[in-house]
Amino acid sequence: MNNDKKTAEHRRYDRMVKAMTPGSDDLHGYIRAFWVGGLICAIGQVLSLFGEKVLGLPEGSDGMFTSIALIFLGVLLTGLGVYDDIGRYAGAGSIVPITGFANSMAAPAIEFRREGLVLGVGAKLFTVAGPVLVYGLSASIAAGVAWWLIGGMA
Amino acid sequence: MMKQTIAFNRRLALRARASCVGPKEGQGPLGWCFDRVLEDDLLGQATWELAESEMLRRTVALCLERGNLPPDKLELLASGDLLNQLMPSCFMARAFGRPFMGLYGACSTFVEAMILCGAMIDGGYRRNAVCAASSHFCTAERQFRSPLELGTQRPPSAQWTATAAGAALIDTDKSPAAARLTGGTIGRVIDYEVTDANHMGAAMAPAVADTILAHFADTGRDFRDFDRVITGDLGWIGRNLLKALLEERGVAVPDEKLADCGASLFSQEQDPHAGGSGCGCVASVSCGYVLRRIEEGAWERVLLVASGALLSPTSSQQGQSIPGIAYAAALEADG
Repeated sequence: MNNDKKTAEHRRYDRMVKAMTPGSDDLHGYIRAFWVGGLICAIGQVLSLFGEKVLGLPEGSDGMFTSIALIFLGVLLTGLGVYDDIGRYAGAGSIVPITGFANSMAAPAIEFRREGLVLGVGAKLFTVAGPVLVYGLSASIAAGVAWWLIGGMA
Repeated sequence: MMKQTIAFNRRLALRARASCVGPKEGQGPLGWCFDRVLEDDLLGQATWELAESEMLRRTVALCLERGNLPPDKLELLASGDLLNQLMPSCFMARAFGRPFMGLYGACSTFVEAMILCGAMIDGGYRRNAVCAASSHFCTAERQFRSPLELGTQRPPSAQWTATAAGAALIDTDKSPAAARLTGGTIGRVIDYEVTDANHMGAAMAPAVADTILAHFADTGRDFRDFDRVITGDLGWIGRNLLKALLEERGVAVPDEKLADCGASLFSQEQDPHAGGSGCGCVASVSCGYVLRRIEEGAWERVLLVASGALLSPTSSQQGQSIPGIAYAAALEADG
């Protein structure tokens, strides 16, 4: 049933529901997402500098080191049951960084462990991250082909 | 002829009641009135589903104990929950080995079971019956929403599935009882084309209004005849929508007489967003609080209206709207 086919009574009820439902507190949400997301990025920068200056990693591999370390932290905090609390507070601030991606993989892995390693963890591991991967990879392929075509013409 | 309402002829006594809730529910404003508050919501079980089933089993066992009814004398067990194929209820019923009917009415299940039990006893087919229902936050989340540890936010209109169970024993014994079940109204499925699965109060409010109006029309009663009209799981927003819908249809709603189980189970500080939900919410609040108030003599007559949002993960993903249903039971002080 789509919107244009709704009866007048149902449309009127829609308006009533909208009027009586409090919205999310957007301003506070933005501030929370900004400082938590910013903090995660700052931690990433510290890790990157640590890899470069202290560990003496070769040029270019400090980024990979940072990603690995952040993914580890995301998974660790998920396993400790902390990341969902951070997510409830920060919203996109903790979903968008790579730690959020780690959380979206670790959470189903923990959740479906009880259904076994194959039909549980194996089958459900990508329930959250799957769509992101499918469309992210598809978009990157489309962009690659477009780039190749444009490059071929030039 | 009453269109949707059954008025029971026999004296149906609510002989015993039992309720059990999880730790968060135990810390809520009604925490004091439940028989058992779990310290560990896994109950030492291997999975959340088995934990819910065990919570329900303990609640039913306690109810039978309170009613002095040996389990092998129980003639009907009617129970339901939110999970696929009613795993908690079926596994609970396996432990008792008594005649069992599994019911699905989403959060309205407890009152649906109560009406069915009442009709079976009133018709003379059974001498006693237990109606029960349960829900568990951790089982409902993984079936309907997302993994527990996933860091997501929910809108203010979303509801919090209660970890709770309730059971009531009904019989026709002549001895004094806490309360009587005098009637029940069987709801219709009503759909006002609400599609937001995070706003179940809005999806269910029209069904609750419909059932209340049907009960009033069938019995000639209105709010003045009840000490309380207690709805199930509309939450704070849904309760206000219901009030507006009833007033639109010319029914005067005294504010103090309209209460909601989902809006009572948690306090706002516990951050349950719009309120509690789940089959166990109505079941535990009815058995822990509503029947207790009638027993204590605080209320003479209560209309308990439990509502269910009849969505499934499949219907949501296919973009369908959320049909709602509500069942009403008239509860009266004995005497």
